[in-house]
Amino acid sequence: MHGSRIASTLSRRHFILTAATAAGGFMIGIGAAPRTAHAATVPGQPWNDDNAYPPNEIDAWIAIDPDDSILIRYQRSEMGQGSMTALPMMITEELQCDWSKVRIEYASPNRNLRQNKVYGPSMRSAGSQTVRGSQKLVQQVGASARERLIAAAAAHWIVPAAECSAAQSVVTHNPSGRTLRYSELAADAAKIKLAAEPAIKTPAQFTFIPRPMPRVDVIHKTDGSAKFGMDAQVPGMVFAAITACPVPGGKLKSVDDSALAGAPGIVSVVKLPNAVAVVATDTFWRAKRALSRLHPEWDVGAAGAVSSEELSKTYRAALSEPMLTARNDGDVDQAMSGGAKIFEAIYETPYLSHSPMEPMNATVNLQPDRLDVWVGTQAADEATEAAAKASGLKPEQVYVHNAFVGGGFGRRDANDEVKQAIAIAKVVKRPVKLVWTREEDTRQDKFRPHAVVAFKAATGADGMPSAWSMRVVTSSIYASIGRSFPANKVEPQAVNGLDNNGYNVPNTRVEAAIRNTHLPVWFWRAPGVNQHIFAIESFLDEIAHASGLDPYQVRRKLLAGKPDWVKVLDAAAEKGDWGKPLPPGSGRGIAICQDDDSLCAQVAEVAVKPTGEVKVNHVTVALDPRYMVNPLTIAEQAEGSVIFGLSAALYGKITIKDGAAVQGNFDTYRLVRLAEAPKIDVHLMPSGGKVWGGVAEAATPPIAAAVANAIFAATGKRIRSLPISDHDLRSGAA
Amino acid sequence: MITIEVNGTSKQIDIEPDTPLLWVLRDIVGLTGTKFGCGIAQCGACTVHIDGKPMRSCSVPIGALDGKKITTIEGLSPDNSHPVQRAWIAEDVPQCGYCQSGQIMATVAFLKEFPAPTDAEIDANITNICRCGTYERLRRAIHRAADLIKA
Repeated sequence: MHGSRIASTLSRRHFILTAATAAGGFMIGIGAAPRTAHAATVPGQPWNDDNAYPPNEIDAWIAIDPDDSILIRYQRSEMGQGSMTALPMMITEELQCDWSKVRIEYASPNRNLRQNKVYGPSMRSAGSQTVRGSQKLVQQVGASARERLIAAAAAHWIVPAAECSAAQSVVTHNPSGRTLRYSELAADAAKIKLAAEPAIKTPAQFTFIPRPMPRVDVIHKTDGSAKFGMDAQVPGMVFAAITACPVPGGKLKSVDDSALAGAPGIVSVVKLPNAVAVVATDTFWRAKRALSRLHPEWDVGAAGAVSSEELSKTYRAALSEPMLTARNDGDVDQAMSGGAKIFEAIYETPYLSHSPMEPMNATVNLQPDRLDVWVGTQAADEATEAAAKASGLKPEQVYVHNAFVGGGFGRRDANDEVKQAIAIAKVVKRPVKLVWTREEDTRQDKFRPHAVVAFKAATGADGMPSAWSMRVVTSSIYASIGRSFPANKVEPQAVNGLDNNGYNVPNTRVEAAIRNTHLPVWFWRAPGVNQHIFAIESFLDEIAHASGLDPYQVRRKLLAGKPDWVKVLDAAAEKGDWGKPLPPGSGRGIAICQDDDSLCAQVAEVAVKPTGEVKVNHVTVALDPRYMVNPLTIAEQAEGSVIFGLSAALYGKITIKDGAAVQGNFDTYRLVRLAEAPKIDVHLMPSGGKVWGGVAEAATPPIAAAVANAIFAATGKRIRSLPISDHDLRSGAA
Repeated sequence: MITIEVNGTSKQIDIEPDTPLLWVLRDIVGLTGTKFGCGIAQCGACTVHIDGKPMRSCSVPIGALDGKKITTIEGLSPDNSHPVQRAWIAEDVPQCGYCQSGQIMATVAFLKEFPAPTDAEIDANITNICRCGTYERLRRAIHRAADLIKA
């Protein structure tokens, strides 16, 4: 586990040669950023080993080597969203250093503990918060280092600091033209305490960002050198396979391990309160195969009778029961009584698993006074606390080495795999790598909640909605994560996308009732929004069509006075060829959402064959992230978010039978592959303003509605529940 | 004892013969670029070449491979210089990156058979799953790699 911290010269040089071609011409809304060959690096093993810190640190974030190469530490997680490139770019903006000489590694969560949260209040990557939630902090880090380097130079020359400036890792005394390199100033700068922290730049003052910049981690993801948690190798480690009770909340009753007598390399059968694990030497396969020969008995209680059908009935029945009010504008009931026409529809969305490509895993080395954990986690600081609790050691004795994360989407912050690995290590007293099978990863997921929404709307003489009511039944993510929430309030995820919809409907009421089950539910890319935008954007489409109005124009009218929303909607419609003729059996659908303070509108073009087969041919995305650091990675996130949402829209469903998830592997939990992937055009249009928007989630919610609305345009069939594959779309089918 | 050649180096493997090649590569040989995604040949994250043919190594027992030549992502080039790797870097394809070793190995073999592929040929032959949804750039990279190989 002690690989080189610096990427090989060879691969870095190659990267510089090839990086210049990587930026695509996909943007509108920013000036033509120069295509530069600048390229920072990150090692294939992105963590440091916490054994020693380099001698030439300016502070916990930045070290400057004698050759002017600059180490910048990245304090959150890299799970594909590109923030390990974006945040150091922001530091570079303030530090005025040479990006081609920047190298990046993960900040240590252990050091964060020991040094009073020197990396900020949270190391978590979630909620599209990594960039916008760190923006001020990392800008301050860069600005402070720059001012201390300038102060060190000014002291050396005995001149006022105000006469000096910094650029490209050099401080210049402007009147005399004298220069000192950052590397010559680093030792002195480290000792300087500024009287006051410098002001950070406003976006208008940025000169380095926004700029499309190739991701620093890509070169390690094309040659197999990127280290994921799964790839940890610790001398003397053994391998563990686990199966937890398939019915969440159930307990292990008994397991007969006599079947494993004589099997090669079995170290131990570890019985945990709700799981059984087999530990073996040499290969994970040994442990996995042995585990498959055990037939544990579980105590599942009443939850063992729960099914999806019953849950759906319960949720739909609860639609008519008392609810908590999340929003109540105007007088919905009075408006309904005077409405020209009433519309009603119920929408339903199922449980979903996160299904990252890298199944959950953790490798631990538990010693009497030190615990090392290798894991890809969305929250290395929270993993540290959880590991301390599970091991009985002090948090300061726990070293979490965060790896490249093989997909998170909200799943990788629960630390259940870390706690299991520690429990197993306590028994076998050796370093252990615990790996979940794909089936375990699916069935022991904490799902995107199941939800039903009942809509009722009244339209006026012009066909436009004058009042609407939305009643939600779903389960509580906060209850699952153990966060308390006032009983008289609706938790945001339960109504996200509905209560904060952008439309000016004077009479709007949004209510919710929570019905928790034994199944834990969790944050899943764009929580709440990912399912409620399907519902509200489909329902609005129903009203538009029934009123004989253009769904795009209806939205446009309802968004009057909100120029940022209208701009995004117009861009999607224009670039998505809204209104242009299509062959029979094809259609376009439009949808818009707000998520994490970003706005996203999409137009999907869909063909439905007489056999009922749906092909999404083209998706046009207009995204307003308010501000941008790296437009290249933002576009990549938008493209990926569309595919993520499309898998859910077309195929995604976790079915519950006898209290357990039916689906296990990718043969039953289908995901979009290349052949089903539409052409995606992304148009970025940052509008500025007070807040920065998140970019990793906002393009997931609209796709299901855009596709379902396109299917209606193509076939006249309205999809009111997901996935679409559950519906018979053959021509002639009811 | 089974003898295989991995990226040009001979390896003696002493393990149960039904052990899938994937776990031999990862846990015994120590090459972790080949990934475990599903274990049932569905996702393709474990794709390697066996005597030049793309195979999903999670579903190939080591006992069937005596004398075979295996190429993994680590053996594709010493310096990321294979045209498919260069195309992947140029198009900035990977996000989380976990599936990309398999995507690249599948593409290398595919382009040998289809040196100037159409989109339909790509659709029919590149069936690996990418959960991050990098397909837009992945498709561009396949075409770019074909051009690089021709050049």
